Formats: sequence, structure tokens, C-alpha cells
Amino acid sequence: MTARRLRRPASLGGVRSFAESHRSWSILIGMAIVTALLPVLALVPPFNGFQPLNVWVDGFATAGVFVLLALGLNIVVGLAGLLDLGYAAFFAIGAYSYAYGASAFAGQHAPFLVMLLLAAVIAATFGVLLGAPTLRLRGDYLAIVTLGFGEIVPIVFINADRDLTGGIDGISGVYKPDLPFVGEFDLLNPWPFYILMAGILTVTIILAYRLENSRVGRAWMAIREDELAAAASGLNTVTTKLLAFALGASTAGFAGVFNASKLTFVSPDQFLFTVSFTVLAMIVLGGMGNIWGVAAGAFIIYTIQVVILKQLNAFFQPYADVPVIGFFAQINYVEYQYLLYGLALVLMMLLRPEGLFPSQRRRRELHAAEAADDPDAITPAAGLGASPETGGTER
Amino acid sequence: MTAATGTPSTAWPATPSGGLLLRARGVTKRFGGLVAVSSVDFDIPEGAIVSLIGPNGAGKTTFFNVIAGIYDPTAGEVQFAGRRMVARPVRVWLEPLLWVAPAAILAAITWVLIQATGPGPLAIASGLVALGALIAMLLSAVARPGWYTRLINRIGIFRSARPNDMVLAGIGRTFQNIRLFQNMTALENVLVGMHTKLRASVVDALFSTPKNRNEEVAASAKAEEYLALVGLRGKGGELARNLPYGDQRRLEVARALASEPKLLLLDEPTAGMNPNETSQMMVLIDKLRRELGLTVLLIEHDMRVVMGISDRVTVLDHGERISEGTPDEVRRDPKVIEAYLGAPSA
Repeated sequence: MTARRLRRPASLGGVRSFAESHRSWSILIGMAIVTALLPVLALVPPFNGFQPLNVWVDGFATAGVFVLLALGLNIVVGLAGLLDLGYAAFFAIGAYSYAYGASAFAGQHAPFLVMLLLAAVIAATFGVLLGAPTLRLRGDYLAIVTLGFGEIVPIVFINADRDLTGGIDGISGVYKPDLPFVGEFDLLNPWPFYILMAGILTVTIILAYRLENSRVGRAWMAIREDELAAAASGLNTVTTKLLAFALGASTAGFAGVFNASKLTFVSPDQFLFTVSFTVLAMIVLGGMGNIWGVAAGAFIIYTIQVVILKQLNAFFQPYADVPVIGFFAQINYVEYQYLLYGLALVLMMLLRPEGLFPSQRRRRELHAAEAADDPDAITPAAGLGASPETGGTER
Repeated sequence: MTAATGTPSTAWPATPSGGLLLRARGVTKRFGGLVAVSSVDFDIPEGAIVSLIGPNGAGKTTFFNVIAGIYDPTAGEVQFAGRRMVARPVRVWLEPLLWVAPAAILAAITWVLIQATGPGPLAIASGLVALGALIAMLLSAVARPGWYTRLINRIGIFRSARPNDMVLAGIGRTFQNIRLFQNMTALENVLVGMHTKLRASVVDALFSTPKNRNEEVAASAKAEEYLALVGLRGKGGELARNLPYGDQRRLEVARALASEPKLLLLDEPTAGMNPNETSQMMVLIDKLRRELGLTVLLIEHDMRVVMGISDRVTVLDHGERISEGTPDEVRRDPKVIEAYLGAPSA
């Protein structure tokens, strides 16, 4: 469903004009259709042979956690253009906040929905605390600081007093979600988790689209394009960037609460650098800056990582004794997932740097060099009229 | 001035302006050993078109950037609309200490409590309050509420205005090398310029309140008006980078106008333009003064433009002001002729 394909059929014209004028409703309807179709898809060959339906649905719910993380990181990296390599830290803060609010370890049992909001606020606060001193840094420097923060947070949870954080073992016995009118979830039944995640995602996507098309979204884009010009247009670049950090962090807080309550367990090794990296790879592959593209990319990559690679192992198993194909049977594909990420990213950067489902704007940015060859497009990069006097001083 | 422009009015002390919109006194900017601007005095009367000229490397753009809040001056000060906004920062190193001071004091109390009574609920509460104080101070430093700026003023910390503070106070600017948001449309560029005039908050956007929706519709209509004013009617949907060169310059003016400035700073607005586009730009600048009552500061190399529309001209050379007066006076000033053409050999 790329934008190109949507443009073709005339019969889709009505759908498109509805989607443009009633965006929130169309997201709601679209998500409802996707939520209903995914389990059906899992019953169709060849997918029904991979694993039982309940395992599929459970996997979809966990995939939703990564989709949520990708949507949050997309605000920071895709919209505001701030490279954050320590995003898992906010995921961890959200998860531990829930563990402190609702577990036998802490001796508390706060309601799930309250903790969902509270953890988002706590994660956002930490986002501001990290951002306030560091956001005057740009590009690579900001990436290094966030990378450090991402490393520090799990290490603090490991090394702090065991009575406080449970150390390397983490906190077990975290309570399952309990919703008003629904009651406490059953760990053996993945459907409530699946529906809940679909609900959280629907709300998040609606809010993300509203943000992108608001005054604040425009400000983020302006800062990404040219920070000095943005400041000279009256934007307070510090608070605008902090807001992106805070909103991105709060989304990770949601994801942390859901993940902790689903696993009924938090431990520092759930939040290592690989999580930050995986989420970043998801949004780069999905199409940075494009909300539904990022969501679809995260879902597809998570499914490949968790389901398809395992299936490759099973697929080649019967051929272990066949001369040439037998070689493929000896590979454990799950172990090669990060190699595959690396390969996919390199190929992507070479062939399609804007991602699988890019936003129009991102595509234009990345293909600016080609547009410059176009005789109709005049770029100011030629420096017409720039006198040598200020060549370097203004930057 | 609306409520949100409150920051400049409390953060920078009022001074008598004497009918001048902008008053610069002894502005000096040093980059290492290079003195780019050396104690320049400069006045802009309300409603005037004032030009700043000089040979390449005279320090025009540096002076301009000091006024726009991009550089802090090494010495001297700039008053805008009766407020001292740009000057050498004083005691800014105290501000980070202020952020951690309350938390540090509370942490010390916590430590004493632990030494005295052991880790009990009182010590834990005190520790949490210390953490809360740190968070509160950092958030105030970002949000800058009234009590925070009053405290800063009382301690004697002077923070020179940043570019966005100058926009809020009423200065709009364009850049010498065009700096549009290239991948946004012309309309979006103007909408970003209107940012300070829009009131919808993040919460309004998230809940898509009627306030937010009405404001967005009104803002788009207003932005179209700005585009029409500079002669870009109907080009709002074009990407900024696909516009012809002259239109890009005009779009930059429209973006600057969108913040409803009192003073418009134009850095070589006709650079790289052909004679026809140059005349159109002159007509536009004149129109802005007549219709919007704008005051304009112009940096320009094209003497036809400078002599044609300026009320006053100031000449800089090697960072120093060498002449000031009406276009005719400046044209005949031997020092100006010397700066541009060299001294006659003895």
C-alpha cells in the first residue's frame, strides 16, 4: 500500500477523500480491520503450520510493544531529527515504574491504567532531565550522550542495592493488567493482551498524526531542516526539542508498562543496547518520518525476527542429508538475526535510503541531489550572491 | 504585545529609548584576535529605512547577527523598543549553580539525618524532596516562569537575548544566503514564521480541540495573505526549493513578516538578482514601510538600491563606523570614497 499504488485506482478515490477529511476515524477503522484480519491470516496456510493460533496472537501482542517503541522513537528521530541511541532507557524506566507500582516485590498494587499514565509521566520527566543539559548538542554528539544514558540506566538497575531493584535478577511477580469491567488478565489467554495492545496502538497512532500536523509538528520539521533559521523564525528550539524528547520517552513508558505486565517480570537485560538498535533499525527500514510506515516496518521486522527465522530452521531440517541444501540446514538462522539486520540496513542505504514506506517529505530530502540535476529546480546551494565575507561566520 | 510575549518584558530591564526603535552603543565583537566589529554606535529611528554598507569583510553581517541575538557582543549593548536586550552576558555561570543549590542543600540535610538516626522514613522523604527540587529547578529553567526571571535579575545574572527572544520582541530577519525550510511548502514556511503568533498548545493539538482547528484554518488564510503581499499569490503549495531564486528571497521576507515584527532586518535582499527582480524588491520594501509601518535595516551592496530607498546610511570599514548620514552626504564623504576606492597616492 505505498502512496504510489493508492494513487492509481479511481474506485479508491472516495476512500482517500474520506481518509483525508476524517483522519482519526479512518485510523480507527483501519486498525479495527487489521486487528480482526491478523488472527485470520494466522489460520491461513502456510502460516497455520508455523505455530498454533494462540502463539501467533501472543506474538502479535509482543510485536505491538515494538510498534509502540518505533512510533515513539519516530517522533524523536523521524520528526524532530534528534538521533537517540539510548531509547531503551525510557522503555526500562516505564517497565520499572510499573514494577514498583504493582508487584509483590514492592508490596503495592496500583491499577493498571493509572500506572500506564504515571509511568508515561515518569519516563517523560527523565526524558526532560536527559534532554535539558544535552539538547544544545547536535548530531553525533547528542547520539553519543544518549548512547551513554542508554547504557547507564540498565547498569544502575543491576548495581543498585538488591533490595531496591532486584539486581541482575530483576523483579519478578509483577502483577498482570487488570482493567475495570474486564478484571485481571489470564496469562494463558493472549487475546485480552492483543486487544489491549491494539487499543493502545490506535490511540497512539491517532495522537501521532495529530501532533505531526500541528503547530508543534511544523516546528519539529523546521528544526530538522535548519535550526538557525527556525530560531530566527521565533521558535524556542530548546523547549521544542525537549518536547519531542518527552513525548518520545512517554510512548516508551507505555510500552514498558505493557511489556512488564505481560511478562510479569522485569530485568535489566531486557533493556540493553540491542533494543535501542533494533527499534532504530525498524524505523529506518520502515521509512523514517512516516507514521504508518514505521508501524508497518516494526511489525514486519519483529515477525521476521521471531517467527520466520525459526521457520527457516524448521524448513531446512528435513533436508539435512541432501548434499548442497544440507549446508543450509546446519545454520541456526535465529543466531544470525543481527547479521541480517546489518545486511538489510546496508542494502537499504544503497538502494532505498528513504525506507520501505517513506513519507513524501523524507523522500524529497534524500533525493534532493537528483532534483538538483533537474533544470527546473533551482537550489540555493550554488551560493549565488553569498559574498566571501560571511562564508563561514553564520554557521 | 500579547500575554505570551511576557518573557522579554520581564527578563530585560526597561531603559529610556528617546524615540529610537533600536539603539546600539559601543558594540564590539571579537573572534579570537580578530576584531570584527569595533565599538559601533548605531541608531534606528521608528519608521525609517536605514542601510548599512561597507566593503567586503567590513563586519556588516557580524553586527547584524549581534542585533539579531545570534552572537553575544564582546562589549557594548543593544536596546530594542526601550529594553536593553543584547549585551555581554554577566555571571551566567551562576545559573547552573542555582539549579543544583536547593537539591544540594536538601541532600546535605538527608546525609545529616542518616548519620543521626539511620536510614528511616524521614531520611527517605528528605531524599525524595531533594530529587524533586532538582527536577523542579531544571523544569523552571526551561519554562522560565516569572519568579524564575525575577530571581535571576535579583542575583544580577544577565543573559543576552537569543534569536527567538528577539523575534518575540519584534525583530524579523532574512539571511544573506537564503535559509528557507527547503523541503516544506511555501505556505508551511510562512506558518512556521507565524509560530509565535499561534496559541494552540500540544494538548490542543492532541485532542484536536475546536481552538486548534479554528486557529489552523485562520493561520493558513493569514499565511496566504502574507504570500500575496510579497507577490507569491497562489504559490503556497510549491516546495520552497522549487521556487525560482527571486521568489525564494521574497518567501524569506514573507516568513519574517509572519512574526509581525516592528523592525525587519534584510541581509542583502537583492544579492544575485537581475535588475528587474531588484526593482521589484525595492518596490516591495517601500510598500512594507508604507502599508505596514515597518522599520527596515538593510545590508546591501547594490548602491542603486541603497541610495534609492534609504533615509539614513551608515558605512562600516574594518569593523569601525566611518560615516553616517543621508545618502547624499555619505556619497560625498571622502572617507567613504577612500574605503571603497583606496586613498589617492601622494
